[in-house]
Amino acid sequence: MKIGVPKEVRPGERRVAATPESVSRLVKLGFEVLIEKDAGAGAAFPDEEYELAGARTAPSARELWAQADIVLKVQPPEVHPELGHEAELLREGGTLVSFFYPAKNKELIERLARRKATVLAMDQVPRVTRAQKMDALSSMANIAGYRAVIEAASFYGRFFTGQMTAAGKVPPAKMLVIGAGVAGLAAIGAARGLGAIVRAFDTRAEVREQVQSMGAEFLEVTIQEEGSGVGGYAKEMSPEFIAAEMALFLRQARDVDIIITTALVPGKPAPTLITEEMVLAMRPGSVIVDLGAEQGGNCALTQPGGVVVKNGVTIVGYVDLPSRLAPTASQLYSSNLTHLLADMGGAKSFHVDLDDNVVRGALVLKDGELMWPPPKPPAPPPKVPEPRVPAATQPPAPLPAKGGHGAHGGSSAGPGSLWLVLGALTALLLAGSFAPREFVAHLTVFVLACFIGWQVIWNVTPALHTPLMSVTNAISGIIVVGGMLQLSHGIESPVTLLGALAVLVATINIAGGFLVTQRMLRMFRR
Amino acid sequence: MMSDSLVTVAYLVAAVLFILSLGGLSTQQSAPRGNAYGIAGMLIAVAVAAVAQVRDFGLLAGAVAGGALVGAVLALRVEMTSMPELVAVLHSFVGLAAVLVGVASYLAPGHVGATEGSIHQIEVYVGVFVGAVTFTGSIIAFGKLKGVIGSKPLLLPGRHLINAGMLVACIALAVPFLGAEPGEDLRSLLIQAGIAGVLGIHLVMAIGGADMPVVVSMLNSYSGWAASAAGFMLGNDLLIVTGALVGSSGAILSIIMCRAMNRSFLSVILGGFGADEGKAPPKAAGSAPAGEATSITAAETAELLREAKSVIVVPGYGMAVAHAQYPVYEIATLLRARGTEVRFAIHPVAGRLPGHMNVLLAEAKVPYDIVLEMEAINDDFPRTDVVLVIGANDIVNPGALDDTTSPIYGMPVLEVWKSKHVVVMKRSMASGYAGVENPLFFRPTTSMLFGDAKKNVDAILTSLRATAAAAE
Repeated sequence: MKIGVPKEVRPGERRVAATPESVSRLVKLGFEVLIEKDAGAGAAFPDEEYELAGARTAPSARELWAQADIVLKVQPPEVHPELGHEAELLREGGTLVSFFYPAKNKELIERLARRKATVLAMDQVPRVTRAQKMDALSSMANIAGYRAVIEAASFYGRFFTGQMTAAGKVPPAKMLVIGAGVAGLAAIGAARGLGAIVRAFDTRAEVREQVQSMGAEFLEVTIQEEGSGVGGYAKEMSPEFIAAEMALFLRQARDVDIIITTALVPGKPAPTLITEEMVLAMRPGSVIVDLGAEQGGNCALTQPGGVVVKNGVTIVGYVDLPSRLAPTASQLYSSNLTHLLADMGGAKSFHVDLDDNVVRGALVLKDGELMWPPPKPPAPPPKVPEPRVPAATQPPAPLPAKGGHGAHGGSSAGPGSLWLVLGALTALLLAGSFAPREFVAHLTVFVLACFIGWQVIWNVTPALHTPLMSVTNAISGIIVVGGMLQLSHGIESPVTLLGALAVLVATINIAGGFLVTQRMLRMFRR
Repeated sequence: MMSDSLVTVAYLVAAVLFILSLGGLSTQQSAPRGNAYGIAGMLIAVAVAAVAQVRDFGLLAGAVAGGALVGAVLALRVEMTSMPELVAVLHSFVGLAAVLVGVASYLAPGHVGATEGSIHQIEVYVGVFVGAVTFTGSIIAFGKLKGVIGSKPLLLPGRHLINAGMLVACIALAVPFLGAEPGEDLRSLLIQAGIAGVLGIHLVMAIGGADMPVVVSMLNSYSGWAASAAGFMLGNDLLIVTGALVGSSGAILSIIMCRAMNRSFLSVILGGFGADEGKAPPKAAGSAPAGEATSITAAETAELLREAKSVIVVPGYGMAVAHAQYPVYEIATLLRARGTEVRFAIHPVAGRLPGHMNVLLAEAKVPYDIVLEMEAINDDFPRTDVVLVIGANDIVNPGALDDTTSPIYGMPVLEVWKSKHVVVMKRSMASGYAGVENPLFFRPTTSMLFGDAKKNVDAILTSLRATAAAAE
């Protein structure tokens, strides 16, 4: 099977869909690779290196398109400056793998359908665990996040890191990152690496730890609302939440030097998060980098594709950040492509498997037939699976949470425990009617002690269950008191002997239990 | 002689101190204080009992000194990996003491505080029964944990009938016992104790390796009930309270363990897991996880760890057996020094004792705030680069979640397969105690590092150190 990698035609696009490294992997998978002359020039990969890796340079672009069974591209097909539309260049029944954005490219889909093409959209690879190695959007988002910080640094007239110099003190830059997805986290990492103080905001509470693990402060609004949507994206929030969020951003705008926004809601224009008022509130010399620019921008003043300065604040709206880091972007993207092709069977058994949910998700056209959008993925499996108990009415018993309370005791309630309670009640009634007063008094103490024990023990942290056992070992040595009661029958009495033996054994427990507990507890340290 | 009221108040103080002691164990910070409360309570109780009731101090001093010496030696010598054995043997002592106290109390009737007549006899009878079961059961548990007795469940034909028979015999013996004058029918009491002892042996013999945490907690509970029963027969509230505390503690631990394995308490107690259902696997062989396990070398594992940003270590009984916790700690320290996030994930039934892994890691100086329980860490696996599974199997089996034919289906497990890469250290491809195939080993993101856990961990450590030195 022949793979063709043409040179990208979009002006300013420096990325390429294969690198010498990926070519050698494709060759290992059994593919024959054709590459257009100068395809890797923008990403600093000369033609010779491709040839060394096993690729053949195609005599012309037209030839390459005509010969290739599979064409790998970065951008969706568009009008070629010399040869007409790229979609028409694709071999009849050929396969195209590239970013495609099928929702926006209806006309392009029709064109390719007429060519009986098979099209896989790298931007549609589902975000499931297995597909991580093919997740080109994450690869590009990572690069965009990093590059956003570099762009910010180049427009910002000061150090990122604070310094004490002989000439005086330089304060560190403060940065706000809005949206802690892949791009946001990459931006946090890059900015922390340069020494800035970074804060981050996201509507999804679950990313807090990720933000904190990258060394940034996680900002929150007072309103509680969970913003997780399907597929790892955020969903749209309520008006109250947005109002609180905007107030937070305005406060932050007065304080920070750099804002990087990465908020995108799939299939919709980017939400406006930074209003003109906030831009005016920022200090002159501040920088905003808007990663939402491609979808209209998170900042009201963003010019997609360009840079504007308003009131001394630079607003960067580049839409080609990954392309500005072309070698790395090409490397990761080509690697995503290689993984996909390997998963589809390599050259020998290359096929479109409709049961493979990754392939199915990315598939736009199959032999000219419209396959997009794919059927809805099943809902994520519930965290606690149904137990195999035949009695389906019984919900899965929750695991005892740390610091749980007595309520756990009742959680296993079923018909069985009802009988248990009834039985216990009957026994108590019988004891109350027939047993001597003294016995009932002891029984009272016993039952109360059981309840106290029940309450207290649920609070014990699972990490200390072994010390708990050894300490209960020790205190159950209290039976020593029972032995001591028997010691006063004279040395020759068997009772005394039994008592002494009981004391001996119980003391082993007391001494052993407490000592070993102490030994263990001393080992626990932060 | 002290006044009765003073003695009672002193016992009350001791009981409160015991409750505080258990309450103290709720966090690591307050735990040492809890232990101190326990010691104080015990000292008060023993001192008061000695002053109030004992005339022969020489005998008492001798017995106490002997016991304390043995206990101290045991406690200071024991290795942390052998904690389950120590705990089991201590349970047996409580059981033994309960039997001794019961028999002695029967032979010395009319004691102050004891309830009258047949109630007292019943109390003695029950106390001796529970004590004897605890005693022999714990001895067997000790033997199994120590490896003296095979950990495979012993399944006699009709074992439930045998148990029921023994129980009925004990109840039947109560008839002549209660009919006889107090102190006269020692024979029935001793025969009953003997039968109860055999019952204890048989009960624990039928329970297999991975269920040992439940057995130990259950015996913990029994030892409490035995102490409580002794309290009833002696009319001593302190014994009753303490026994009840210990009894509920053991019961709760048993429940926690059972939930962690998604099994009912009864099915564990009746034993035979991994044997009854052990016949099932051939049938399920058709659905056995197909594919090939990828193996990996220690050096490659070290390479993976070097490149990881976040690592979770999942220790199991295999780590304890191989004593690998120290090099594991050093690996964690090295990685943390490089800025890698390293945490430990503990499944409730990892090891042979509740909380066993925590103690082993603490012994190796792993800070406890990076040692997390299953619920606390399970959601973090998807964003973890490398998971290192050391000597654990069933607790990381994805079949428990999605394979309805798996005998451990429904058991909560650590979802390690959601991470980017899993390295499983194992001696061989053999299945775990539950006898269940583990599809985890065949996942594309899983690599197997075969061999002795200690050797492999050491090799990883050496390799990590070499690059650390080279970097300097």
